[in-house]
Amino acid sequence: MAVREFAERGADLELVGIQKRFPGFTAIEELDLTIPAGSFFALLGPSGCGKTTTLRLVAGLEEPTQGRILIGGRDVTDTRAHERPVNTVFQSYALFPHMSIIENVAFGLKRRRIDDAQGKAHEALRLVELDHLAQRRPAQLSGGQQQRVALARAIVNRPALLLLDEPLGALDLKLRRQMQLELKTIQEEVGLTFLHVTHDQEEAMTMADTVAVMNKGAIEQMGAPQELYELPRTAFVANFLGQSNLFSGEVVSSNSESITIDVAGHPITVPLSRSQRHQGEVTVGVRPEKVALHLEAPLDDSGRNSLGPARVIDVSFSGVSTQYIVSVPGIGTMTVFAQNMGFGPVAVEGSEVWVSWDVAHGFGLADEPDSIERFPSDDDTRTIAVQRREALISELEGD
Amino acid sequence: MSGEGQAGVVLSGFTNSEEGERRRPVQVPRRRRVGLGDWLLPVYVTLAFIFLMIPIAYTFIFSFNDSLKSNISWRGFTLDKWLNVCNVEGGAVCEAFANSIVIGVVATVVATVLGTLIAIALVRYRFRARSAISLLLFLPMATPEVVLGAGLAAQFLAAGVPKDMTTIILAHTMFCISFVVVTVKARVASLDPALEEAGRDLYGSPQQVWWRITFPLLLPGIMAAALLSFALSFDDFIITNFNSGSVTTFPKYIYISASRGIPAEANVIASAVFIIALAVVVINQVSRAARAKRLAKELG
Repeated sequence: MAVREFAERGADLELVGIQKRFPGFTAIEELDLTIPAGSFFALLGPSGCGKTTTLRLVAGLEEPTQGRILIGGRDVTDTRAHERPVNTVFQSYALFPHMSIIENVAFGLKRRRIDDAQGKAHEALRLVELDHLAQRRPAQLSGGQQQRVALARAIVNRPALLLLDEPLGALDLKLRRQMQLELKTIQEEVGLTFLHVTHDQEEAMTMADTVAVMNKGAIEQMGAPQELYELPRTAFVANFLGQSNLFSGEVVSSNSESITIDVAGHPITVPLSRSQRHQGEVTVGVRPEKVALHLEAPLDDSGRNSLGPARVIDVSFSGVSTQYIVSVPGIGTMTVFAQNMGFGPVAVEGSEVWVSWDVAHGFGLADEPDSIERFPSDDDTRTIAVQRREALISELEGD
Repeated sequence: MSGEGQAGVVLSGFTNSEEGERRRPVQVPRRRRVGLGDWLLPVYVTLAFIFLMIPIAYTFIFSFNDSLKSNISWRGFTLDKWLNVCNVEGGAVCEAFANSIVIGVVATVVATVLGTLIAIALVRYRFRARSAISLLLFLPMATPEVVLGAGLAAQFLAAGVPKDMTTIILAHTMFCISFVVVTVKARVASLDPALEEAGRDLYGSPQQVWWRITFPLLLPGIMAAALLSFALSFDDFIITNFNSGSVTTFPKYIYISASRGIPAEANVIASAVFIIALAVVVINQVSRAARAKRLAKELG
């Protein structure tokens, strides 16, 4: 039995103790998550972190191995996709190629036998400014237009929860920016709960109220975008969300306000309140744009951590800012972003420099960085699909 | 002239036309001197076509022959054979033709339904012996028809099944299924599973998703498979001959009457079949071209 009436507003989504195992690998280890009604929530993570699986579980396209899924307080774990008050904007858009745009948009309404399906579908198309193309086929539309149709087809049903599976992945940068704004506006206008899955950190940060960073089937950290960026709790978050300079060392002194670690003979201090660990081996970090570059040894370094002399090994100019890679003896390389306040770079390759940053800008992590990880970006969900298919094949043909 | 040749015409009209619309003529830089290849290829192609067309033209022309017993020498033009096609030999030609149609339609429907379901199962689901089944389905296509026909005949004999229309239909269904599976499988494999997921997501029950999304998207493949099945069944002689008992199909009728002179009525039916097949292709192409033109106009 389908849901016959429109959701009046967005609903809470609650995932309780979700685990999802595919033959051969575990996509989601253990997931507890509550998304409040009306929020724009982003699940951010690299390939294979379990974010797409999470989305498919919520949509009802996969069944969890364990755990419950509640939408608006109602347990929907045992219901099927067409019985859930949820709609999805698929990564590939998945517009029905044999139907016109208007038929695509009205599809969900007609299945639920809602009055005036045509009228409501036209209204949804007007919202995404595509009503004039209602009679076309999907193949006759551009990528951006198809994306908007996919969005209209989902929101026309007024689902309690709208799922977005990397819907902007296939668009070029300019169009993507435009869509991001449009999506945000529509979300505010219709007041639905949005769950957005993406590997694009910028997309997640600009659009979502709350971002959850996922890694290896679990949520590493969750919070407002600014909070996540300024105070990452794990090495993974520090590196996946923007860049970080990380240093590991033993805590040598601490007081009620800060702790100081020793990194190859250099003391580095972070505020106690911004550090997850307070003793033993601790990894601390600082964002590259918080680091200042000096051509002479800084005289007054009270309240600042400073390192040097160091050598500039790479300078790359990007218009607004310049990125310097600096080699600090005994510590390794650091990245520094400097705004181009004057004309051009202030240091050249080979220059001797000192770096410093405000103690208050540092953060202490709960774990250590493992080896340097590289994150594949673009082929994300596809990779998961391929992995999943292969795993399925191996299981079924194996027994 | 054979049914298989017709099948080729019909099918290519069906499956290739989509690509045909997209195809653009390639500009070849013109050479000054006229080389050997410039005339050899056109001449060769023309000769090849003439060679292919002669039997068809012969069949067509001699359907208007005012023949007596044998239809070998031209005795003058008449429309009698076309107008009284069922009135000779107590309507034997027409009866054979009707048998062929009935067998073709029933075998096609059964083979298409079963073959489509098998194709979906093979592509979408993983189960034990899946690859073995895939391989076994190829066997009827690879086995010589004589062997298949004789094998089936022996089986029916051993099981004590009398040979009639039913045994012919069973035999035809058997080899048609293989062709349907192969044709439809390609279509299923190219179908994006996300489309069906979107259907489920948009409140479509499993039945609705099948009838409104999966089936219409598979339809071109299913239609091609059905046409192929019908052509193969209509045309089949060898397997039919082993398993038909006293029932006469159109190919069997022609084979038998060939020894004492094929009546012009057979030419009439063969020509009619050819013309109908040709008309289907032409109508299909014209309507596609018209649609493409209309779309182009709409898009400006």
